[in-house]
Amino acid sequence: MIHNKSIVELGAGLQTGEFSSVELTHHFIQRIEQLDKDLNAFVSTTPEQALAEAESADQAIKTGQAGPLTGIPIVQKDIFCTRGVKTSCGSKMLDNFISPYDATVVEKLKRAGVVSLGKANMDEFAMGSSNETSFYGPVHNPWDKGRVPGGSSGGSAAAVAARLAVAATGTDTGGSIRQPAAFCGITGLKPTYGRISRFGMIAFASSLDQAGPMTRDAADAALMLQAMAGFDPKDSTCANQPVPDYSATLSDSLEGLKVGLPREYFGEGLDPSVAASVDAAIDLYKRLGAEVIDISLPNSGLAVPTYYVVAPAECSSNLSRFDGVRFGYRCQQPKDLEDLYKRSRGEGFGAEVKRRIMIGTYALSAGYYDAYYLKAQKTRHLISDDFKQAFKTVDVIMGPTTPTPAFGLGEKVDDPVTMYLNDIYTIATNLAGLPGVSIPIEPVSGLPVGLQIIGNYFTEAKLLNVAHRFQQETEWHRLAPEDSRLNP
Amino acid sequence: MSLDHSDITKIAHLARMALDESQVDAYAEDLSNILGLVEQLEAAETDAIEPMSHPLHMAQRLRADAVTEEDCRDENQAVAPSVENGLYLVPRVIE
Amino acid sequence: MQWETVIGLEIHTQLATKSKIFSGASIAYGADPNTQACIIDLGFPGVLPVLNEAVVDMALTFGLAINAEIGPRSVFARKNYFYPDLPKGYQISQFELPIVGMGSLTIDLEDGSQKVIGITRAHLEEDAGKSLHEDFHGMSGIDLNRTGTPLLEIVSEPDMRSIKEAVAYARKIHQLVVYLGICDGNMQEGSFRVDANLSIRPFGQEAFGTRTELKNLNSFRFMERALNFELERQIDLIEGGGKVVQETRLYDADRDETRSMRSKEEANDYRYFPDPDLLPVEINDQQLQRARQNMPELPDQKRQRFESDYSLSSTDALMLTQSRQQADFFEKVVSNGGDARMAANWVTVELTGALNKAGIPLSQSPVTPEQVGGLLRRIADNTISGKLAKQVFEAMWNGEGDADKVIEAKGLKQITDSGQIETIIDEIIANNPKQVEQFRAGKDKLLGFFVGQVMKQTQGKANPGQVNKILLGKLKG
Repeated sequence: MIHNKSIVELGAGLQTGEFSSVELTHHFIQRIEQLDKDLNAFVSTTPEQALAEAESADQAIKTGQAGPLTGIPIVQKDIFCTRGVKTSCGSKMLDNFISPYDATVVEKLKRAGVVSLGKANMDEFAMGSSNETSFYGPVHNPWDKGRVPGGSSGGSAAAVAARLAVAATGTDTGGSIRQPAAFCGITGLKPTYGRISRFGMIAFASSLDQAGPMTRDAADAALMLQAMAGFDPKDSTCANQPVPDYSATLSDSLEGLKVGLPREYFGEGLDPSVAASVDAAIDLYKRLGAEVIDISLPNSGLAVPTYYVVAPAECSSNLSRFDGVRFGYRCQQPKDLEDLYKRSRGEGFGAEVKRRIMIGTYALSAGYYDAYYLKAQKTRHLISDDFKQAFKTVDVIMGPTTPTPAFGLGEKVDDPVTMYLNDIYTIATNLAGLPGVSIPIEPVSGLPVGLQIIGNYFTEAKLLNVAHRFQQETEWHRLAPEDSRLNP
Repeated sequence: MSLDHSDITKIAHLARMALDESQVDAYAEDLSNILGLVEQLEAAETDAIEPMSHPLHMAQRLRADAVTEEDCRDENQAVAPSVENGLYLVPRVIE
Repeated sequence: MQWETVIGLEIHTQLATKSKIFSGASIAYGADPNTQACIIDLGFPGVLPVLNEAVVDMALTFGLAINAEIGPRSVFARKNYFYPDLPKGYQISQFELPIVGMGSLTIDLEDGSQKVIGITRAHLEEDAGKSLHEDFHGMSGIDLNRTGTPLLEIVSEPDMRSIKEAVAYARKIHQLVVYLGICDGNMQEGSFRVDANLSIRPFGQEAFGTRTELKNLNSFRFMERALNFELERQIDLIEGGGKVVQETRLYDADRDETRSMRSKEEANDYRYFPDPDLLPVEINDQQLQRARQNMPELPDQKRQRFESDYSLSSTDALMLTQSRQQADFFEKVVSNGGDARMAANWVTVELTGALNKAGIPLSQSPVTPEQVGGLLRRIADNTISGKLAKQVFEAMWNGEGDADKVIEAKGLKQITDSGQIETIIDEIIANNPKQVEQFRAGKDKLLGFFVGQVMKQTQGKANPGQVNKILLGKLKG
């Protein structure tokens, strides 16, 4: 079926005229109409805009002006501002917000010729690991609708996994691309902090947030990243680094690749069947010529607590702009200014957002700053130094993306701390600003499992090469939820 | 560190968020649990460690001093809850 | 009880850039509400700040001018609080590591003495918008045009011991930032805003008293009046057995009093932390070098040079260097052939008088320095007398052309032909025998009468030196 094809395969079909982008887009619009009722992966769909974009894509293909993404239907996480289209960030606060501008990522992808099918559901303001905090209701995991798709880019991951879009954009602050990619059996890349512009991406925690592609496989991720990455004068934290050709090195040999296995990522809390799946993947890498080295990231245990100071502190300030004055939700008949602020924010934000704003407010407040915020900035340094040390001896670090496969809807939603611990393997890379990719490996009891590969700064090309070589040898990334082999 | 009802009320005020009174205790419990998690940091030896605010060691880039923005008031105010004569309206500000 | 006044000032200077500190929106004054507030200024979801290069250069220039500690790193921080004129819910400012560290400025006092005032720091920050309170059905209207306008906040040490010192310091900072070209100094438009911290203590006591902060001092006159009011209020309060409460007070110019701003007083917890959207500003040697090279001559240096190069009195040098424009005007007059001391006099007295009378600034003077120089040349070479020069100046002011043209057109050229003057004098002596007799009898004062007669006859054109000499010769016989 056409919807099972990757960007690379579809690109070939579009070029040869086997099908048009309009036909392809129609097909996906129909699939969304039929299947998204049960998944809730989309917050909004923009079929008219999509078809108009598809038409110009077909035009570009005819005139020989097409690039590898021209005419490819994708979905944007609803955290990216899209001009003229509702940009809700999964929140009641922005349920009425039509952005007057496009995020840099949106602009770049438009320029690359993609067709945007709509906006993907997500945890409210990207705060969550299960997509259960969305104002628009939870997203269901296409592999088992009683389970979560992961979060916060849960809608993006579910849409790609369920073949409702060929690819998606996501954002990752503590694992929000990699964890849902692992739970939904797709490839999700969080690039180095600063690789992709944050302009127009609604901020959760500015020093941790990073956009990235969510795709069927590493080759598609390379094409998406190629379009998304690069310097942006509008973002002070965006790196002015050359963007290499990510597709060119995908098939390079892994002979002599030094793979570090941090013992802290294989200890207590890791589901034994997930561990077995990861071990099998690592065995394959050995057969591909990799040398496996036992390493230690001694401060790994500090990552989650450090994150739950730094991220809430930044979010408490970033979300102050939602005050009911210039955009977004405003409470009914405020009796005075303070009432306007308090009720607009109290009614507009959900419980998890409020928890994090309060934690952050507290961590920055007079008398607690040193004990919480300053301390966390220091432990952040320790965590970052662990990686610096490790990358002196290894090329990449591997381990499980998550301790378990997707958990049940409602299972952890009432226990924030347990929920937070689900991100135990992904958070440290955000604190350090390093790139990481999650790729599907052997499923466990019919549920996808992810292998996380972490690289040094700006080594996305290497990560994609390492991921792609695995995918050349395996079929896990080709499995679809509709596939009878997994859901008998 | 355990937070009680009045701590939550204070923090919520600082953050200008109205909380449903019936939920304050639940927030107190959640936040106390989160702080319990965070307190693991205390054990880390950080006396000689520099605080880290940014993942990359880059310096601030500077923009040339030029006017590049046009007037987009109408478009920007299209999403505003309340405007009049080009001004955003809020309940009276008392100085 | 004898009370000692202790004052420290925080001065917000609006930097004279084209665009805002973190966005490309214009900072021009007086635009329609919210037409100069772009999505970045408005804090729309997803927007990010990028620092304006000119703002850094201007701050460095100021830092060098006050011999401050600068760099190598400076950090922007967020100051978090909710207010309708603050769109993001935080102000981007600097807390630790301001761009300009400890420096100092020497002020001149009325008695001719000088005093060094410490400047704790100067930091960059963004301005807030404005709340308008006209009646919008019980609502306030918010104009965010000013949001993001670059400010350099200059914080002094509590080094001033009198209101006069405080005013002298504020004036000196004003003069300096205008000289440096980093601020237009317009106090009515809010380009230069002074907040004052004032406390009192018994003479001899070391510990500071409790201070109050005065806001809204938007002219030097108001500043002086507000400080006077506040000083009296604190003395009365303490002497009446009361206590000064640490608070912010607003000066009300209409009532000439200060009153408490309780709305701002609610225990603020600003939760400062480094802004993660901005990276540390690194000040390198090239930047400092550039700022040093672009640094204009400062008022004090200029004043010393005027004294030594032009042999001016210290009073004239001080007056002329009050503004860079006036000093430049003076130097142009001199370079156009004007005698320095005469030029000083003409610029500070005649020109300034005419400008004041017309109520226009020097920049709009209808008379150019070249014209004044031309006029002074004609005085020096005896073409016209000093008295007639004023007439020529007036004509130049009215747009009648250069000095030479006016002199020619009005026939104001001085009569220096001795024969012609003698003939006139002979006639006057012949027509006034009584006065001649009285003069010869010892009434010396009558010389003035004869000079006056000569000038009347010649419409003031006769060379006064020659007139005197010839008159004396003839009268004394």
